[in-house]
Amino acid sequence: MNESGIQPGFYAAPGSRTGIFSWIFSTDHKRIGLLYLFSIFSFFAVGVCFGLLMRLELIAPGRTIVGPSTYNAFFTLHGVIMIFLFVIPGIPVSLGNFFMPLQIGARDVAFPRINLLSWWFYITGGLLALLSLFTGHGPPDTGWTFYAPYSIRTGTNVVLAVSAAFVLGMSSILTGLNFITTIHRMRAPGMTWFRMPLFVWSVYATAWVQILATPILGITLLLVIIERLFGVGFFDPAKGGDPILYQHLFWTYSHPAVYIMILPAMGVVTEIIPVFSRRTVFGYKAIAFSSMAIASVGYFVWGHHMFTSGMSDVARVVFSFITFIVAIPSGVKVFNWVASMYKGSIRVDAPLLFVLAFIFLFSIGGLTGLILGALATNIQVHGTYFVVGHFHYVIFGGAVFAFFGGLHYWFPKITGRMYNEKRARLAWLFLFIGFNALYFPMFILGWEGMPRRYYDYLPKFQPLNVVSTVGSWIVATGLILLFANLLRSARKGAAAGPNPWGGTTLEWQTSSPPPHENFGEIPVITQGPYIYNPSKGKGHGTA
Amino acid sequence: MERHRDDIGARTGMWLFLFTEILLFGGLFMLYSMFRMQHGAEFHKAAENLNRIAGTTNTLVLITSSLAMALSIAAIRRGRKAASVALQATTVLLGCVFLLIKYFEWSTEIGRGIYPNSPALLKLDHGEILFYGLYFVMTGLHGLHVIIGISVISFMLVSTAKGNITSTDHVRLENSGLYWHFVDTIWVYLFPLFYLVT
Amino acid sequence: MNPGKTEQLKTENKNGEMTYILAWAMLVALTAITVGVYTLHLGTAGVAIALVIASLKAGVILLFFMHLRQESRFLQSVFLLPVFLLGAIIGLTFIDVWYR
Repeated sequence: MNESGIQPGFYAAPGSRTGIFSWIFSTDHKRIGLLYLFSIFSFFAVGVCFGLLMRLELIAPGRTIVGPSTYNAFFTLHGVIMIFLFVIPGIPVSLGNFFMPLQIGARDVAFPRINLLSWWFYITGGLLALLSLFTGHGPPDTGWTFYAPYSIRTGTNVVLAVSAAFVLGMSSILTGLNFITTIHRMRAPGMTWFRMPLFVWSVYATAWVQILATPILGITLLLVIIERLFGVGFFDPAKGGDPILYQHLFWTYSHPAVYIMILPAMGVVTEIIPVFSRRTVFGYKAIAFSSMAIASVGYFVWGHHMFTSGMSDVARVVFSFITFIVAIPSGVKVFNWVASMYKGSIRVDAPLLFVLAFIFLFSIGGLTGLILGALATNIQVHGTYFVVGHFHYVIFGGAVFAFFGGLHYWFPKITGRMYNEKRARLAWLFLFIGFNALYFPMFILGWEGMPRRYYDYLPKFQPLNVVSTVGSWIVATGLILLFANLLRSARKGAAAGPNPWGGTTLEWQTSSPPPHENFGEIPVITQGPYIYNPSKGKGHGTA
Repeated sequence: MERHRDDIGARTGMWLFLFTEILLFGGLFMLYSMFRMQHGAEFHKAAENLNRIAGTTNTLVLITSSLAMALSIAAIRRGRKAASVALQATTVLLGCVFLLIKYFEWSTEIGRGIYPNSPALLKLDHGEILFYGLYFVMTGLHGLHVIIGISVISFMLVSTAKGNITSTDHVRLENSGLYWHFVDTIWVYLFPLFYLVT
Repeated sequence: MNPGKTEQLKTENKNGEMTYILAWAMLVALTAITVGVYTLHLGTAGVAIALVIASLKAGVILLFFMHLRQESRFLQSVFLLPVFLLGAIIGLTFIDVWYR
């Protein structure tokens, strides 16, 4: 790494272990962040393959490449891998692990060994999930929701897949409690709550959701295993049980889980916008509090996944009402981001391109969410491709685009080198066009009544399905371009220097890549982040 | 590098972990509430068959074990190592007594042919099937926590005896205590919900 | 400089052994009361009383055995979060099951 004058930083940290062991047994938050980054993107690649195969099957009606039961396994595995192994750990465990301690001026997280343990739980869970594919009586075919009573009756390998999700939940909880303790106990002197970068706020809100929602998933999955082994009957009407209670328990976790996915992404967006607009963020406190508001209201809306389940009318109205309330803090954020850019001197590099795509795609996802949240329209589109479109606009268009933006934004800090800007923009263009071709037709298909989770469909739906499948190929090309560019630049890119973007938060005040333990001397903070007016100082950099 | 030490941080982490435990049991408390609301009379009928004396004894056993745990921390804080070890041993012992009583209770139920999915149980009303289902799952999960607690405290006991837990450095013992008291608190709720159903 | 150490002293637990024994006596007394109330077979009111007594016992354990009294204000204030959340989860599910 030395031929271009780049310091090795933490990559050459002193330690007794060498080679791969210096990574998989490291308690350095930066190494663990990178371990996670590689792990989650490896699983992401597997999930993408399942997605591509599903789209290929749907290019024509009837059996194209696989039959119904294989298709069921495909969408189950696509869901389990993408949700539990990619987006839920996602930004917090990778970028959060790497940058949250840097941004608050800490040397590491509060519990470095628990941080490593959570990665080991993650890997164990991931391997169990893969193992469920090849052992027992076939891969699970329940969908990622493991709905009772089918998950309790099917002969496929549900127990292993459910155990995998349980272990992944433990990993998520450990990360959450580690981050909360870190943010409470390890901020640098002078780093008051309202001087923290907003990415830290979003990770903090996410961590609370992780520790307060994930245990409900834990007990739910445990009950699926117990029901399969002992037949207790909580969800079996023949024994007095109630399958709808399973859905209550499941969505009590799994709705807050979408905030685990999207909140850190919003944090990344809030970091990138001020840097590339050279303006302080508009409404700092509004953004910080809206993160907490989304996190707390998000707990009480799970019932909107169950409008057609046979839930009582009163409950449906209540849940629909609370669902609409979530739109308020989300709207606050979108308006604040746009206002932050107003009259800024905007520099449209790849990170900002991804952020702009995020705002556009997330808004479409959010607005279609209102259609789903309203009771009457929900009945029309429930269980159709409309839901699939909405979900992917919010999570892929939202969370993952922001993730890619953050990856480019922080790439020079992680590697000490710049990525190739021209190729990054090209990859962005492919992804943006491919994404809309892939998912927008789903809104129309769903509105026309094409149900999700079938390997087959009526011939009249074929034209839009072809568009969608072609879109999936464009997205795949974009992904290959993006990762090829980053991997190549990590070895061959030009030296980036400590602060290539002129950022004002603490991670830019240390060298690239950061040294072991992050800072030579812990900085003292005297003012808030994101100050770009020279007469008012330079943000966290002044100390 | 000097090892970073932050006792308040360590306790904060433990409390956050206990929050997750509250919600883990919380899912079961939610199921219990719904089923009891629907089947109040059957719950009462089924609960009549549980051994109230065993339940009450176990409550007292756990409360006393919690006292021993709290005293063991007070002892190590004053530097009384032998007293602390003895009190931790008492906690472990009382934990074992709790499990033993639980074992006899479960054996009695199973001896009557009452266990999940058993032919005798399936002949009963829906409410009773659910009551016994909740009984076995909730006391089972609680029992699992007791076993974990016993193991952790036994480990601490050895650490204390070896002199690794001292009057100035005992946050690990405190955290084990927090866990044990939490397990006790869960039982405080399970006891009236299963043994005192009116 | 060891920040953990100095703050540790500030919150050093002032409970003497006597406090713990009194807390234990309260728990035993409350157990006796809840069993006593049960023998009266009060029906729905009995359920409420049993849960109130259980919560009192939980409060004694939290405040004295678990030292919540001396903990940081942060923990004291957020402790009710999971409890409130559980109440809300049960309440919202209740709206469904009750009106079905």
